Amino acid sequence: MKYAFYPGCVAKGGAPELYMSTRAVAEALDIQLEELEGAACTGAGVLSERNPELADTLNARTFAMAERLGLPLMNICSTCHGVMSQSNARLRKDPEYLERINKRLAPERLHYSGEVSIKHFLWVMMEDIGLDKVRSLVVNPLGDLKAAPFYGCYIVRPTWVLGYDEKPERKHYLEDLIEALGAQSVEYQGVDKCCGFPILTMNRENSLRMTGTHLLDAKTQGADMMVTPCPLCHLNLDGGQVDAAGVVKANLELPVLHLPQMVGMAFGMKPERLGLKKNIVNTQPVLKKAGFA
Amino acid sequence: MEVKLRVRRYDPEGDRKPYTQEYAVEMPDSATVLDSLIQVREEVDETLGLRCSCRSSICGSCAMRINGRARLACKTKVVAVAPNGGTVNVEPAGNMPVLKDLIVDFEVFWEKIKAVVPWLRPEGPEPEREYIVDNDKMLNLNTTVACIMCGACVSDCTSLEVDPGFLGPAALAKAYRFVGDPRDGHKLDRLKQYTEAHGMWDCAHCFMCVEVCPKDVAPMDWILELRREAEAEGFTNHNGVRHGRSIAESVKEAGWLDEGKVAMESMGSIGEKLALVPVGMRAFFRGKMPPMGPMHYQRPGAESVRRIFEELEAKE
Repeated sequence: MKYAFYPGCVAKGGAPELYMSTRAVAEALDIQLEELEGAACTGAGVLSERNPELADTLNARTFAMAERLGLPLMNICSTCHGVMSQSNARLRKDPEYLERINKRLAPERLHYSGEVSIKHFLWVMMEDIGLDKVRSLVVNPLGDLKAAPFYGCYIVRPTWVLGYDEKPERKHYLEDLIEALGAQSVEYQGVDKCCGFPILTMNRENSLRMTGTHLLDAKTQGADMMVTPCPLCHLNLDGGQVDAAGVVKANLELPVLHLPQMVGMAFGMKPERLGLKKNIVNTQPVLKKAGFA
Repeated sequence: MEVKLRVRRYDPEGDRKPYTQEYAVEMPDSATVLDSLIQVREEVDETLGLRCSCRSSICGSCAMRINGRARLACKTKVVAVAPNGGTVNVEPAGNMPVLKDLIVDFEVFWEKIKAVVPWLRPEGPEPEREYIVDNDKMLNLNTTVACIMCGACVSDCTSLEVDPGFLGPAALAKAYRFVGDPRDGHKLDRLKQYTEAHGMWDCAHCFMCVEVCPKDVAPMDWILELRREAEAEGFTNHNGVRHGRSIAESVKEAGWLDEGKVAMESMGSIGEKLALVPVGMRAFFRGKMPPMGPMHYQRPGAESVRRIFEELEAKE
């Protein structure tokens, strides 16, 4: 299968391990990725908050690039995915709006019809590849690991923008995938709540309290690790974990993996190839339990 | 059909801690969760505490958590939340103290509503007849006035969970109803108040209130509208404004985010900027500092992104 690949900003910046592990896992799954090198940032929800038409135009430009290649679009960030889905819903709802935006794309000879398929890597694995294929590649079942899923708001809400009415099973894809890799999925309160990242610069205390609360909750429920399909959540959950521990006054030390890092471990890939030494919280305990060390 | 309910119960006067109790009642297929709870109270257990009135999703009395999400019990059919005859989990609304079982104390809700001064305060001479307002200007307000004050958004607000002082989605949506009303004479005072601590900038943008509102008020959308209004009116000395502007500048310049620059530019004080240093150091020692400054290269086609910005920024 082939996709127009939208890596987003963080995978090309502060979370190179997400980019590396995505490439590695996609290759194992026979997924060809044609990277949209010239696509702009989705605006991460902030541009659409400030100027919705501007954000929609930038996103329509990305969709048009995928359409020009004749490929469905795959992203690897819950936030990018949600922002794109919201833009797409607005563009598809209003043909006059879409036409006005297409005029702004015309100088680049781009045109968006409104028909592109937008999927997060998680959805690609669950819907296009299928768990049977994923299971067939598991050479290192994560039997001893208890993993807490953390979705990221943008891939779960609003449900009507994200197709949950047609596909209610999307609510538990992460849990299903964790189980398919042989690990145990941990139930806890924070699974679909906010990681706190969007208000990190506005209210650091509240932001880190959210982060710390979810990590502590997951750990209390027995988690050895957390896994997220959102690199922005990862910035707080992993990068901000030390500070979050100070706010909730608890010892956290819970490794937080990007989704493809977890899949790659079960596929038996070397930790270096998955960038597992680039995570801020030491992933060694997870690697040990997964049989690597 | 048999309806199975697992209800979270708590009476602060007699119980040391909350507990769950299971009930089963025979109900018609069309039954709502509220119908079923009332049946329990009338036929099985008269001690079950719940609040309800209109049974037509207009009074806003019966908001509670059903299968983990705030909903109006009278608007929620059992078959929709337990399609295969499973058990329906029922808990009191969140972020408010429990008075008994499914009844919560709305005092904290009303305190927040009162704090945004929820009435029109016109200034200047009164018109001889009625105030004339453009239809267009009232259109936005139609959504916010649809709020029935049920507290579903407050129940599930993720910011309120960590900061009970946050004004919260219901009060801020109500606040927009007056900021956006051309008859009100206190727009600037209001925006100044909502810009302060525990105000609109503490919304985490999590869409929870949008998801759970039974009347499609979408409180978060109006919080974002308040932010736009505040920035347009000059309330710009806030990290939220700095953050938004820095992201826009970064994307306009190179087509993508300069993460380090955005983080630094978002912070208003030296102390806040210094607090970022350990975060950056941790990334550095893991060999993953994002490309910053001159290293932050332009994406192919960045000039087209810049053109789109220039065309559309004029419309802000």
